[in-house]
Amino acid sequence: MSEKKTSAWSPSLRELDRRALRRKLNRKQSLIAAVSSVLVLGTLTIILVTSPGWEVVKATFFDIEYGKEVFPTVAKGLWINLQLTFFGGIAIGIIAMGLALLRTTKSPALTPFRFLATAYVDIFRGAPLILIILLVGFGVPALRLQGISSNVIVLGTIAVVLTYSAYVAEVIRSGILSIHPSQRAAARSLGLTSGQTMRFVVLPQALRRVVPPLLNDFVSLLKDTGLVSILGVTDAVRAAQINASRTFNYTPYVVAAILFLLITIPMTRYTDRAIRQRTQAQNSEGAI
Amino acid sequence: MSNVLELQNVRKAFGSEVVLNNLSLQVPEHTATVLIGASGSGKSTLLRCINLLETIDDGQIFLDGLEITDPVIKVDEIRRKLGMVFQSFNLFPHKTVLENITLAPVKVQNKDVEEARDIAKKLLSRFDLADKADQYPDRLSGGQQQRVAIIRSLAVNPRLLLLDEITSALDPVLVNEVLSIVRDLKQDGMTMVLATHEMGFATQVADEVCFLESGNILERGSAEQVLKNPTNPKTQEFLKRVHQAGRL
Repeated sequence: MSEKKTSAWSPSLRELDRRALRRKLNRKQSLIAAVSSVLVLGTLTIILVTSPGWEVVKATFFDIEYGKEVFPTVAKGLWINLQLTFFGGIAIGIIAMGLALLRTTKSPALTPFRFLATAYVDIFRGAPLILIILLVGFGVPALRLQGISSNVIVLGTIAVVLTYSAYVAEVIRSGILSIHPSQRAAARSLGLTSGQTMRFVVLPQALRRVVPPLLNDFVSLLKDTGLVSILGVTDAVRAAQINASRTFNYTPYVVAAILFLLITIPMTRYTDRAIRQRTQAQNSEGAI
Repeated sequence: MSNVLELQNVRKAFGSEVVLNNLSLQVPEHTATVLIGASGSGKSTLLRCINLLETIDDGQIFLDGLEITDPVIKVDEIRRKLGMVFQSFNLFPHKTVLENITLAPVKVQNKDVEEARDIAKKLLSRFDLADKADQYPDRLSGGQQQRVAIIRSLAVNPRLLLLDEITSALDPVLVNEVLSIVRDLKQDGMTMVLATHEMGFATQVADEVCFLESGNILERGSAEQVLKNPTNPKTQEFLKRVHQAGRL
């Protein structure tokens, strides 16, 4: 019905005038933006390039030839970071969800687990990640326990998972608590059990709400996997370090940084867009 | 006619504030009981207690002769027999209209998804909402949302429908589209307990009107009796205020 109306409508002269004016204003604004960008960025570049130390900086940090040479090693190291992020991320998701559910449950049988979950979160959220990595990476092998891996990649991953699952659990829990009790009342009044209410009504809304902070944590996770290099894992950071200390040229660090950015920036952009689309589909006020 | 719902000497307090005080009520099958009274008189709390969303502090509530306030009762099974519609709709914003309606039939009654969708679509067309099936609730008007909420509670074939000031959050123009559904349901013989401020509507559907004040029923009787010829001074006072506000 509404489509018929749309096809019969043609814009009035006033509306056409308005559109023409809007286009003109937009063109003017784009021009101003372009001119000011060229001016500001151009000036900054000139200052940078003509500054007395630039040649040295360029040779030490932006040696393109050397960058190309170390690229394969650093990229190979980054592959380790990515694997660690991927498998660690899955483990973190599962553990964090369990912790968040335990901390929000009221079931009396789970009381001791609720206390344990709280203690776990307090400890691993409060202690510096680097300490946990050192403790797990060097401490656990020192126990010489049977059946416990002494592979530094595995130990490093465990340390990162321990810490991040505490962070992520808190994010998920805050999402669960942010859902208005009336949603729970509506679900329970339909006869859904508390478990079904959590699964079909509360969690889907809660998780959608915490996607932005979760993405933040995911990007941090990818970056923090670089910390396992202190255990001697040849990840991107370690690979860059080895090359940099061999030649006293710091271009490998810049290469590693650029590689990390190439992954993290598109990831944030993509998620921002996904959230926006989702919001618009569900909420008429999404555009505001 | 047997009583679908019976409340005996129900008491409910939040801390030191007594919200329901020794309240008794019988709701026979196929009848509509309308609760009126000022905000804070206990209407909503009464409905929430019947639906076991609140635990009562004394007294008994029976559904079809079964005491549902027994601590060992399976709460979820009782709630399956009761439909509840809220003042603020409480649709699930992450689910479409159709998914909102089919959730309970599929997950609670273990109905086949197709069957549940058929039932939901029939109800939607009956109440003129067929074209909204795949929309998300936030895209609908308040009146449409509340009609969907009513359909959602009907989809599980409740024995008793509890309606908690379902038009209070609506624009006056939208009130009627919601109330006409309730009139239809009354025609169909649905047993209902409603809290409302719409006195004209109360007159049309109520088999019994109960005036609540400070957690107790001060006056009860037919709509004609309670709304037109109230005997209790407090009822008279309340109705006078409603009248002044232009709601009678």
